Amino acid sequence: MTGRLTERELVIIGGGPAGMAAAISAHENGVKDILVLERDQYLGGILNQCIHTGFGVEYFKEILTGPEYADRFLQKIKQLPGVEVSVRSFAVILREDRTVTYIKPGVIEDVSAKAVIMATGCREKTREMVHIAGSRPSGIFSAGLAQKLVNVEGLLPGKEVVIVGSGDIGLIMARRFTLEGARVKAIIEIQKKTRGLVRNVVQCVEDFDIPMYFDHKISRIYGRDRVEKVAVVKVDDNFNEIPASAFEISCDTVLISVGLIPENELLEMAGAVIDKKTNTPLSEQVNGTSIPGIFACGNAFKVYDLADSVSKDSAVAGKMAAEYIKGLK
Amino acid sequence: MIKKITCIQCPKGCALSVDIENCLVVKVTGNECPKGEKYAISEIENPMRVLTSAVLTEGLSLKMAPVRTDGPIPKADTMRAMDEIKKLRLKKPAVAGETLVKDFMGLGVNLTITRQVS
Repeated sequence: MTGRLTERELVIIGGGPAGMAAAISAHENGVKDILVLERDQYLGGILNQCIHTGFGVEYFKEILTGPEYADRFLQKIKQLPGVEVSVRSFAVILREDRTVTYIKPGVIEDVSAKAVIMATGCREKTREMVHIAGSRPSGIFSAGLAQKLVNVEGLLPGKEVVIVGSGDIGLIMARRFTLEGARVKAIIEIQKKTRGLVRNVVQCVEDFDIPMYFDHKISRIYGRDRVEKVAVVKVDDNFNEIPASAFEISCDTVLISVGLIPENELLEMAGAVIDKKTNTPLSEQVNGTSIPGIFACGNAFKVYDLADSVSKDSAVAGKMAAEYIKGLK
Repeated sequence: MIKKITCIQCPKGCALSVDIENCLVVKVTGNECPKGEKYAISEIENPMRVLTSAVLTEGLSLKMAPVRTDGPIPKADTMRAMDEIKKLRLKKPAVAGETLVKDFMGLGVNLTITRQVS
């Protein structure tokens, strides 16, 4: 132990859509001593940078933006006296006995909980994970990072953009860059069809006449200090390059939108069994882990397409944790 | 003429077949709910989109305040609307849902703030 030890009924790690829904549900199911740890300055997680619409259709029967969707949960949490939110609080150790060590500006804290819910979400896959050859100039961003730069920081990271992969964040950023005056020259997808939602292909790509190349990959990134161009090549059904099909696109920016990886290093540290392929906890039931009293929900449990589904399943996790705590008494 | 379009009213993305005569919709098939028919008619006769973006703030807790039109606007007005949004500045605190510009560009929709800014 590193600092003073406090005791809680329930600690939730992560204050995004999963953590917020789990906290509200646990409270509704009788847990009145909940600590939510959020590493950012605000609750909401990725919703805060998802300023586009498309949230809430299932959960609230309304079409909301990410921040509006988050606000619905925020306002509710504010009214719950049994939920304490600690922002700028980064969990660094999780143990099998359900103690958590976290840091916040100036202090290290230890907290012991009867139950823990991991709502840590995902991080983005990187260029390295899809093996794109070439140099390492500036101008290569994961799509979600670019989204944060544009929507939260107010910075436009490039003017001529090529997007690798057709995940939803990539499609949405194709539109966002176009609206901000940049030129999106191509979306390159190695598969035969989009990985994103069809509605995003329609309203983010087709609306702006952005060229989409399926069965294609970027074989090389060129540029010394800044990205200068990319080489693109068609692939056959076994993803082998067809050299005669190669062409180049000049650009100053490459966005990588090739999927998400659940962020479960803390669970692994605690000794939970993790499926190495998907980086998700192995469990017989939804929201479970191999450690009794430690639950996982939202994108940390499995990668979801919709925040609405995250909220729904995470509410179940909150209830599961509440029932587990009741069973201890 | 039959045109194939994808409904974007919800994540299902129904594949719609739209029978068009003289630029007007005669019949819609393939939709799983009434929203699909409404969407198809609007999409062919006058495509509309909700526009979302962010405006710069001055002296507030966030550098950017996310905004949306509270209803769809004609697709053709998108870039003109972006030019207007880029000129705007938020100078006082706002809550989610607060109107920033009433009757935005005379389009009959309001431009609203979507996140609390203090």
